[in-house]
Amino acid sequence: MELLRWDVIQSYLPLYRDAMFLTLRIGWAGIFAAVGLGFACALIRHFKVLILQNIVGIYIELFRNTPLLVQLFFLYFGLPRIGLEIPAEPCGVLGLALLGGAYMAETFRSGLEAIEPIQMESALSLGMTRQQAVLHVILPQAVSISVPAFVANVIFLLKETSVFSAISLMDLMFTAKDLIGLYYKTLECLTLLVVFYLIILLPVSALGSFLERRLRYAGFGD
Amino acid sequence: MQALGIDVLFKGINMQRLLGGLWISLRISLIAVAFSIVLGLIVGVLMAGDNPVIKSVTRVYLEIVRVMPQMVLLFIVFFGTTRVFGWNIEAEIASIIVFTFWGTAEMADLVRGALISIPKHQYESAAALGMEQGQIYRHIIIPQTLRRLIPLSINLVTRMIKTTSLAMMIGVVEVLKVGQQIIEANRKSSPNAAFGVYACVFVLYFAACWPISMFSKYLERKWS
Repeated sequence: MELLRWDVIQSYLPLYRDAMFLTLRIGWAGIFAAVGLGFACALIRHFKVLILQNIVGIYIELFRNTPLLVQLFFLYFGLPRIGLEIPAEPCGVLGLALLGGAYMAETFRSGLEAIEPIQMESALSLGMTRQQAVLHVILPQAVSISVPAFVANVIFLLKETSVFSAISLMDLMFTAKDLIGLYYKTLECLTLLVVFYLIILLPVSALGSFLERRLRYAGFGD
Repeated sequence: MQALGIDVLFKGINMQRLLGGLWISLRISLIAVAFSIVLGLIVGVLMAGDNPVIKSVTRVYLEIVRVMPQMVLLFIVFFGTTRVFGWNIEAEIASIIVFTFWGTAEMADLVRGALISIPKHQYESAAALGMEQGQIYRHIIIPQTLRRLIPLSINLVTRMIKTTSLAMMIGVVEVLKVGQQIIEANRKSSPNAAFGVYACVFVLYFAACWPISMFSKYLERKWS
């Protein structure tokens, strides 16, 4: 008996492909929302906006210290009980955005905080306007400092999408579990699962390493 | 309170059951962390060394852990080994194996990072002061490495606790599963239990992880 049956794998491929598109769709939508949310939160915390900074602080601590699975259960099964019903797909995006926003906020904030005031002062004394200084001096450095942690966050969030099956979204995990339960072709299902996650994540990981190397020039004198 | 389903938490031994479930999660993560730290120290020291074979093998290992969702690893160990080798691994043991496999890689990467972050002049200055190899490590290198390493490895504990929530998906009866059971059992008497119970699970996870991550942040600030 051969280990893997190719005809089985071939017949499963379309199912996995659809599931991968769902994972990608929710994953990237959630990550884009998380970047926006994280950036807003980082700015609020960095510039110490009244009251808002306390709310943002509580939000960040709450979502950084609980698992996505628990957050999703609360959003998807808990909230409808008080009249707030969210369909599964937007709920997945929302959950990922809230979790990711908290992580991204910390990443962006530490990037901003790593730039010493002397950078701004020197830029101003060279005759740059404030806007120019932020655009040409502060942001390039803050961005290159944040890149490794940012990429790590993106990979982490894409991996976290694997819990979406718990709120009955037909993602890769759901498909694999379903097919194993139906036909017991465990090995084929698991192989396809691994292959499809590699398709999703390896390019991101490779791009991350490339960016990290490319942006290291900003680490002056180290 | 009825409308929010919080009353369910105080019925019978429901709260104790939830706490019992939390303890299962914590036990899995503590065992996995203990293994991960020991194994991670060994692998990390090996990674910081010069052996090219070990370096490339550990790089592949690290990359696998980096890109594979822990849930996929759980499925492979729990369902895959049964199919291929006929092993019948208990769900809890399978989770410990997977979380150790994952945690070891994370820990090893932290150890490697801490080791190579010690500048070369620390070794040279110590040697110039007449210290022997053993003394250099004992008095100069290891204390500095530990200061960088300890806050980060405490952080690993909270990440491990959060990850154990995945164990539910292969049938470990931990806090989230117990919550589900309580909701099912009280479906008639308090239909809104889902809100109260899941909110409670949320708070329990937060209560378990937040103090630990605060402590790690405090150490990081104190020692940096």
